Amino acid sequence: MGSPGVTPGATPGATLPFSDATADPLVRLTDLTLGYRRHPAVHHLSGGFRDGSLTAVVGPNGAGKSTLLKAMVGALRPLDGRVTLHGLTAADIAYLPQQAEVERDFPIDVLDTVLLGHWRRVGIFRSIGGALRDRAEEALAVVGLSGFERRPIAALSAGQFQRVLFARMLVQDARLILLDEPFTAIDARTTADLLDVVRRWHGERRTVIAVLHDLEQVRSHFPDTLLLAREPIAWGRTADALAPANLVRARAMAEGWPEKGDDKAGPCRRAEP
Amino acid sequence: MTLYDFAVDPFLEFAFMRRALAACLALSLGCGPVGILLVLRRMSLMGDAMSHAVLPGAAIGFLAAGLSLWAMGIGGFLAGLAVALLAGLVSRVTALREDASFAAFYLISLAGGVLIVSLRGSNVDLMHVLFGTILAVDDAGLLLVAGIATVTLLVLATLYRPLVVECFDPGFLRAVGGSRGRLGALCHLVFLVLVVLNLVGGFQALGTLMAVGLMMLPAASARFWAEGIATLALTAMALAFASGIGGLLLSFHLNLPSGPSIVLVAGAGYLLSLALGPVGSLRTRWFPGRHLAA
Repeated sequence: MGSPGVTPGATPGATLPFSDATADPLVRLTDLTLGYRRHPAVHHLSGGFRDGSLTAVVGPNGAGKSTLLKAMVGALRPLDGRVTLHGLTAADIAYLPQQAEVERDFPIDVLDTVLLGHWRRVGIFRSIGGALRDRAEEALAVVGLSGFERRPIAALSAGQFQRVLFARMLVQDARLILLDEPFTAIDARTTADLLDVVRRWHGERRTVIAVLHDLEQVRSHFPDTLLLAREPIAWGRTADALAPANLVRARAMAEGWPEKGDDKAGPCRRAEP
Repeated sequence: MTLYDFAVDPFLEFAFMRRALAACLALSLGCGPVGILLVLRRMSLMGDAMSHAVLPGAAIGFLAAGLSLWAMGIGGFLAGLAVALLAGLVSRVTALREDASFAAFYLISLAGGVLIVSLRGSNVDLMHVLFGTILAVDDAGLLLVAGIATVTLLVLATLYRPLVVECFDPGFLRAVGGSRGRLGALCHLVFLVLVVLNLVGGFQALGTLMAVGLMMLPAASARFWAEGIATLALTAMALAFASGIGGLLLSFHLNLPSGPSIVLVAGAGYLLSLALGPVGSLRTRWFPGRHLAA
């Protein structure tokens, strides 16, 4: 296991929470490099997400935040290094992608959408009984959509639909919850309600990792933060990670990125001895 | 002429009309729900391309065994499936999009088919393959069409849940579906097989050029009448069967070719639905009614 303390690119002063090699995080990233067509979007990232932690992933555009989540759900194969999920199967992960490929005018109603969260319990064939239905209705109540059960999803606003997706994740009952910009283009009232749901998950000792842009939101709701600018800039308690010096450094790194992929870049030699 | 004379007598009097009616019923049961799923997956034109792709296989079957339903059916099925799979493969390994590669393959396929038929057969045979012969459907043909409808309904009932989720939220199915995320791809494949099967059933009756008519027109019309998936499928089945009856009667009384008559009646049904249906039609757009209280 590479020690995050020696991860190149990290500020020497930044605290990385799992430098202790004996700590056994729920998700461990080992010298992880991710990218598309050999151009790295995340570069040599090492560290771990503790079981039950609530972490925000922040950083400039193109910093590799969404790419990191995709790698954690296994939708993207690492160019180098690896993601280790400790005792988790795909069914234990709930993932809310940034641009869900949802067909928004599909003829399905709110309750049926939320019931899909039971997939790992009912699969293709098993029937959905009263108990599972009650769970879905409870989830709808938690996100403030009681009475919307039979509304077609095409009739919902963007905020209401995001509530539906959160209700589906509540029903999924997953140990690891990955949210990719869940509050972008969502109204303030919905954001506040859904942040309550996130807090509830944290209270239930679930591990939540959310890609976010609003630093105030991160400071007031997320205990831990990973500041990413392709390279890890800082990873630790939010107040430390979002220190002004780190933010300046992240912005400076983003300004150094070429507009298009740098085709003349040679292969990275950093990992070689 | 009374309504009875017009609408019931032809079926009582002539066995070929009863057979055609039964074939229409079987076709409607299979094509209705498959057409709805095609519309929901935004694959309406793909169905059209695939129906043309069936031709060379049917033509080779025709060369090998004459006007045998089974030979032409199996050949058509293989050709249609090959085009669907090749188009999917090309779009995955090259930069060409799936619809473009579909168009390329079905055009090759259609031209090849017409060439094969005209090399050996007379023009009458070509017309049979292109425009169908529902009024001449025999026992074997009826069994084939009914078998296809049965298989379609059974498979749809079995795979209903993943098929619907794959249309609605493919990313979610990849994440939770198991089989290492390949359940969605598997469902897509099974669905393509069902589409080709139903097109093969349709081309016996309506010909390769119009087999897709009984699939797409009722499905498109149903969108103006129903909102849930199950009700959409039932509506499409009913509309397809009604078009079948209407088309057969039209063709009987006016001495018109049956295939185009059926498709034209389905087309008239579509235009009526478009104008008058209760869900999102022109009528609801122009006369929306008073909005609700809350």
